[in-house]
Amino acid sequence: MGSLNVLIVVCLSYVAALFAVAFAAERVALRGRAHWLHSPLVYTLSLSIYCTAWTFYGAVGNAARSGLEYLTIYIGPSLVMIGWLWGVRKVVRIGRSQRITSVADLISSRYGKSNLLAVLVTILAVVGTTPYIALQLQSVVESFASFAAADPESVPGAGRGGDSASTALWVAAGLAFFTVLFGTRNLDANERHHGVVMAIAVEAVVKLVALLAVGIFVVWGVGGGVSETLARIDASQLGHWQMASSRWSGLIFLSAAAFLCLPRMFQVLVVENDNETHLRTASWAFPAYVMLMSLFVVPIAVTGLELLPAGSNPDLFVLTVPLSQGREGLATLSFLGGFSSATSMVIVASIALSTMVSNHVVMPIWLRAHGGGATVSGDVRNVVLLARRLSIVGVLLLGYFYYRVSGGGAALASIGLISFSGVAQFLPALLGGIFWRGATRLGALSGLIVGSAIWLWSLFLPSVGTGVILPASVLEFGPFGMWWLRPHGLFGITGLDPLIHGVFWSMLCNTTAFFLVSVFTFPSPMERLQGAQFVNVFAHSTAPQGWQGGAAQSEDLMIMAQRILGAGQAQALFQDEARRQGLAGFLPEPSAGFLQRLERELSGSVGAATAHAMVGQIVGGASVSVEELMAVADETAQIMEYSSQLETKSEELARSARQLRAVNEKLTQISVQKDAFLSQISHELRTPMTSVRAFSEILRDTDGLTGAERAKYASIIHDEALRLTRLLDDLLDLSVLENGQVSLNIRSGTLAEVLDRAVSTAVQGGRLTILREPDNEMIAIETDFDRLAQVFINLIANAQKYCDAADPVLTLAVQRRDGLIIVDFIDNGSGIDADMHGLIFEKFSRVGHHKAGGAGLGLAICREVMARLGGAVAYLPGQGGAAFRVSLPEKPAIATQ
Amino acid sequence: MSKTVLVIEDEPNISEAIGFILSRDGWRVANHFNGVDAVEAVRTRNPDLVILDVMLPGRSGYDILQELRASATTADLPVLLLTARGQSKDRELAESYGASRFMTKPFSNAEVLEAVRDLARD
Repeated sequence: MGSLNVLIVVCLSYVAALFAVAFAAERVALRGRAHWLHSPLVYTLSLSIYCTAWTFYGAVGNAARSGLEYLTIYIGPSLVMIGWLWGVRKVVRIGRSQRITSVADLISSRYGKSNLLAVLVTILAVVGTTPYIALQLQSVVESFASFAAADPESVPGAGRGGDSASTALWVAAGLAFFTVLFGTRNLDANERHHGVVMAIAVEAVVKLVALLAVGIFVVWGVGGGVSETLARIDASQLGHWQMASSRWSGLIFLSAAAFLCLPRMFQVLVVENDNETHLRTASWAFPAYVMLMSLFVVPIAVTGLELLPAGSNPDLFVLTVPLSQGREGLATLSFLGGFSSATSMVIVASIALSTMVSNHVVMPIWLRAHGGGATVSGDVRNVVLLARRLSIVGVLLLGYFYYRVSGGGAALASIGLISFSGVAQFLPALLGGIFWRGATRLGALSGLIVGSAIWLWSLFLPSVGTGVILPASVLEFGPFGMWWLRPHGLFGITGLDPLIHGVFWSMLCNTTAFFLVSVFTFPSPMERLQGAQFVNVFAHSTAPQGWQGGAAQSEDLMIMAQRILGAGQAQALFQDEARRQGLAGFLPEPSAGFLQRLERELSGSVGAATAHAMVGQIVGGASVSVEELMAVADETAQIMEYSSQLETKSEELARSARQLRAVNEKLTQISVQKDAFLSQISHELRTPMTSVRAFSEILRDTDGLTGAERAKYASIIHDEALRLTRLLDDLLDLSVLENGQVSLNIRSGTLAEVLDRAVSTAVQGGRLTILREPDNEMIAIETDFDRLAQVFINLIANAQKYCDAADPVLTLAVQRRDGLIIVDFIDNGSGIDADMHGLIFEKFSRVGHHKAGGAGLGLAICREVMARLGGAVAYLPGQGGAAFRVSLPEKPAIATQ
Repeated sequence: MSKTVLVIEDEPNISEAIGFILSRDGWRVANHFNGVDAVEAVRTRNPDLVILDVMLPGRSGYDILQELRASATTADLPVLLLTARGQSKDRELAESYGASRFMTKPFSNAEVLEAVRDLARD
């Protein structure tokens, strides 16, 4: 049986299960049903990445070497969570309200969004975390090696170094894959990773269960009960161990600081935090978790020391004790616990570091190289994602190389605390930033530089191993013989524990520099603003009962939002938020969540920075007045409005202009027509009236007129009066026809009837000969006989008036075709010139001299009448003389009204 | 010796009425009924005064007036313009073309007589 092979299978299955968990969590979160994902339990479990492989394996090793000192690593964070929850809540609140993505982002934001600070923090974090990642890889490799040693089928000593290196590489590659997959899936503004958090929570359970299982096995399976185990502990050297108070307090302080400052802790504690109230649960649940983690450390250590041969690595007791007892299943569980501890730490740390590296190092460089904001947002997004992924791979590669270079020896074991003390350098800037408005960027920079320099010199460089970077002479006598700069004896103070010595000096100098420089420098306006926001985060990100500014602020916010989003959308947003808060009306409390939401909404319109500044200005009550801000908002809104509507507007304008031009042309045309019409009417009316007036004046004023003269003049007056009457009749008729107000009197009969009537009316004593086809005329029709006769009379009268033949003849030809009755009026005169064909049906158009005395309305009236009767009248060219064709539908499809 | 008036008017009744009034006042009246050869008629008859209708078949009274004014022999010939269109812009147009007098139909006989006497006196 190959236990190593079984282990590999189990390990791969476990990894596959983690993938599945992460996938499922992401999908559930996507569907918005991630309620249980946001539970305080998951949050608390995710905090357990504090317990890495270093604590999983190392705590037992530590206990075996130094007794209860391992507890300090747990006491620090527990004290923070229990005793200083208020401070943690403040950090979380700031992180949420400022949308902080990392510890570097927090410090940079606080000090006026200084990128220099962010870069410094990032570098320090990378330097501090890389060995830690190497440590995790080492733990996995060594636990594999333990199994290999216990596996009877494996060949002992066969290329062990090569094996361990390849194991480390495979583990690093697998972790990189997992982290890239779930850590950079989306570019959420809040940087939350549901899948990762869920997987970590599962791993937290696994490692706790594993350690508890080993502990129970040791106490009851090996030790034979609680009392016997306690007796063994008393008997061992651990029972006699005396604690050094300075080292204890130093370690407690260090672990507490690291709990806040470690990039991975910041990630789960602040960035991944969904709900502030989870902190309340975590404040007791997390200490309880670490207590359980530490419960069996001493029994395991004691048992290991007893059972295993002297010289075996106490760091691996958790694994080797079950193995030595032939409990391979338990050992496998234990291995999975350690594996979980290692992988969860590496995953979160690489996410946190990659966020910092991409946001504060890669992106600023990329943006500068690409000319700043001249890029499309989607473009930047892709670059950010790529930068993240490369950063993750880079961080893991760094860890791997560190592991290879350092040789994975015992030197790594001490790196945990060195790493802690490195990130602890952030603490003065962090705490000073959130509690002291006087803290300045230069102060933070100075403190960080001084502190990290001392840390590098006195802790980090010596930790790599004597002679690797620092020669032994420097350690012994200081650089260039300057004894007071000896790494472990700064300023001549010796005798301290090297770790405590380094932590003491680095923190002291860090804090002092931070404080003094802050006092003697002035913050920029941006720093001042950010400082107020950070220090007073509770004052303005929630509205405690009785807070007077609450409603007023909400109102201001609403006024602003209305100007940017538009009244409807803004009111809907505020109302919705108010309802969510359980309030009636439109004004919600300006809570952190609401402000964040509002800012997000606004940033869609005016960009994130502007939205952030606007909301911050109103809420922060800064020096810029609300009125001024409103002016800005107004302008912005107007510009937005313009830019978004400009295109539509110009199109609309062009369309309107076209329409206006068309209407104008039409109006002009109508106006011209109306003028011409009025002018014509005037002429047609005035002409007969002139004769009437002239002759009536003659009759009145002239003496001695003969009887014949009198009769002649009187008849002229009479004729002209008749002409006037006819004209007026025609005009009225036309007006009625054109307005469609004509009422038709539809009757049935034959076409012959109508023609008979028309001919007899029109031809009265004229010399016109009319040729008819009586057989064809016997067509039944159904129409307005009077109107149709009117048309026929007009056409016959025209022939009478205008036919210029010596013996005028008018032929009336009737035919039926295509459902139409067609009557042609063809005379034998000279006809009408072709250029007049289009005009003759217009009003007042007359061909030639109007000796016939018509007003020129006859054909216009004919056309209107035929249109009313559903037919038509048209000039028929090419018939020799003048020819008009009247067509009428057989079926009375008459267009009345 | 009596003076000659040429009446260029296409409405026979109006032409007759004007002729009657002026004859009674001692004028010699000649009639012309279309616009096409009206200028020639003026040249051949060489009247002392012309009464010109605007709406003539064949040619507009304005055209005829312009041609008369352009010619040296008839540039100063008194022309009484008659129109059946009473709009003010017609009057302006007539004056701009050089009409001596402008009258709108229907006119009173006394007005015509007075206008003709005035024009002949100048």
